[in-house]
Amino acid sequence: MSPPLLTIENVAVELPTPRGNLRAVDHVDLSLEAGRTLGIVGESGCGKTMLSRAVLQLLPRQAKLTGRVMFDGHDLVRLKPESLRRLRGRDLAVVFQDPMTSLNPVLTIGTQLMETIQEHLELDAPSARKRSIELLAAVGIPAPEQRLAQYPHQCSGGMRQRIAIAIALSCEPKLLIADEPTTALDVTIQAQILDLLAREQRRRHMAMIIITHDLGVVAGRADEVAVMYAGRVVERAPTQALFKRMHMPYTEALLAAIPKLDTAPHTPLPAISGRPPDPTRPLKGCSFAPRCRYAAERCREAKPELKGAEMPGHLYACFHPIQMAEGIGA
Amino acid sequence: MMQLAVHDEPLLDVDNLVVEYGLGNRTVHAVSGVSFQVARGETLGLVGESGCGKSTLGRAVLQLRRAKSGRVLFDGEDLTAMEGEALRRMRRRVQLIFQDPIASLNPRRRIGDIVAEPLIIAGVKDATERKRRVHEVLGAVGLDPDIVAGRLPHEFSGGQCQRICIARSLVLNPEFIVCDEPVSALDVSIRAQILNLLEEMKARFGLTLLFIAHDLAVVKAVSDRVAVMYLGRLCEVGPSEQLFAKPAHPYTDLLLQAIPVPDPDVRPVEGVAIGEPPSPIAPPSGCRFRTRCPRADQRCSAEIPELREVAPGQFAACHHPLA
Repeated sequence: MSPPLLTIENVAVELPTPRGNLRAVDHVDLSLEAGRTLGIVGESGCGKTMLSRAVLQLLPRQAKLTGRVMFDGHDLVRLKPESLRRLRGRDLAVVFQDPMTSLNPVLTIGTQLMETIQEHLELDAPSARKRSIELLAAVGIPAPEQRLAQYPHQCSGGMRQRIAIAIALSCEPKLLIADEPTTALDVTIQAQILDLLAREQRRRHMAMIIITHDLGVVAGRADEVAVMYAGRVVERAPTQALFKRMHMPYTEALLAAIPKLDTAPHTPLPAISGRPPDPTRPLKGCSFAPRCRYAAERCREAKPELKGAEMPGHLYACFHPIQMAEGIGA
Repeated sequence: MMQLAVHDEPLLDVDNLVVEYGLGNRTVHAVSGVSFQVARGETLGLVGESGCGKSTLGRAVLQLRRAKSGRVLFDGEDLTAMEGEALRRMRRRVQLIFQDPIASLNPRRRIGDIVAEPLIIAGVKDATERKRRVHEVLGAVGLDPDIVAGRLPHEFSGGQCQRICIARSLVLNPEFIVCDEPVSALDVSIRAQILNLLEEMKARFGLTLLFIAHDLAVVKAVSDRVAVMYLGRLCEVGPSEQLFAKPAHPYTDLLLQAIPVPDPDVRPVEGVAIGEPPSPIAPPSGCRFRTRCPRADQRCSAEIPELREVAPGQFAACHHPLA
């Protein structure tokens, strides 16, 4: 097995707020190999976006980051801003949720694409232009030459996200972080964008992190899934293994709470009662304990560590993991 | 008029409704001749992608947006012909719940006052009676009235704010509620709570719902029948189970196939979805879905397909419905 392209070691992010320090990411370890896809799943406020910002070194200025992020031999936390800038956009690319805010509204699409290409690849203008056209064609934009002269507002949401992906892919990144890339899009457009990402990933053998709140998005598209809750990774496993047998009650509850197409109408949904804990008031025990139907005294007293299940690569943080008989899988 | 079978006298009967917006010297064809009925006690789900006109349709039903033509009969009375006081009186019987629960609560007013507002507008003068009603509905949606009534909206999460919005919509004891994407701004774990709550409230208060959403699975979870909308027109209407099991309109089929399923054994089929919806300013001639439809032929561009019964209770507007 090749050494991982990305290693996140014991990363924690704290943000000062008027109500005290908010621990957005609480000691997370993850790794990702070249050409593989990692899905990070969680609800809003679980820290998934902050974790990706920690990898990109794009945290808010007041944020305090501890731990180590190794990417392709570089320690990103300690890298000089100039070296970091050269890395970001070239080897390390990102696609955000809202393509309207990640594209500059007053620059043409051509300018924005060519800027990235010329900055990182030292191409002259005609070659950069040629490459831009190729990229737009590759992400499925009809009449790419005409598009270059257009502005983001002249494109639909789906087109803008294709353009954002084209910019992200422009310098052949080794790692693409897609942070809720389809959440702002309609379901038929979402399917097209996810197809596009999968196709380009295979073609370029790039590693990809898909951050999403939708277990459905990662189920068919990620090799490995990490489930986050209240700043921590609470379960992590190869996708097949995870869906076959969930150990962490939160993962199970999250999947059960999704309305399914094959359930009869008016079937009450197994909802998770309550809501996530206040991140400025961390709990002593397991963060999910107040909402968990398996929680016992111990869960409120001590934090369960992430530990291995019998299946290799399957980790969970729970004192009372779900047993085979109770699992929803198989 | 189309016979969209509803056994009893429908509570809501929408007939050939047309809503258009002016945009400079152009026209946005938001709703183009939509007809449907909702029986008393029924939940009709309305699905479609953004810009298909589903919210405009919901608002036009409640006369928050006036239709260009067509009729909306509520309990036998034509809302489109009503104005002023008559319409205001009728509005007590119909309510609306919006997508963004935080934005639909005035941040500077206390929850008790927000929920009591409809009572004041409706002329309930007795303050004790108002307080009693506010307590009743707040309790019904799972909030402790004594604790929440004096608080401000920012003290609540999105899910709790949606509970407050639901309480406000219930306080006048309405018969019919339009729910416009009531759970799409909420997290998965909270979404299930709110969907269950809506179902409970429907049973407890004997409500009839028009449930608008873009998520087919969410719609199926609560709806007796589902109407699928595309670019201002209904493509398909039918009983939920039947429509999802055997979609007759190619657009319904596309929507179903495009949904990511939370099961790794179900591999996503690549390339099912093609293109994007055209502009409602210049919708395609004939069938509006034809530009993205794998089955489209000449007839589809020449002739507007009418809703026709393809199976008992299931209607599709397609020249080439799926078998």
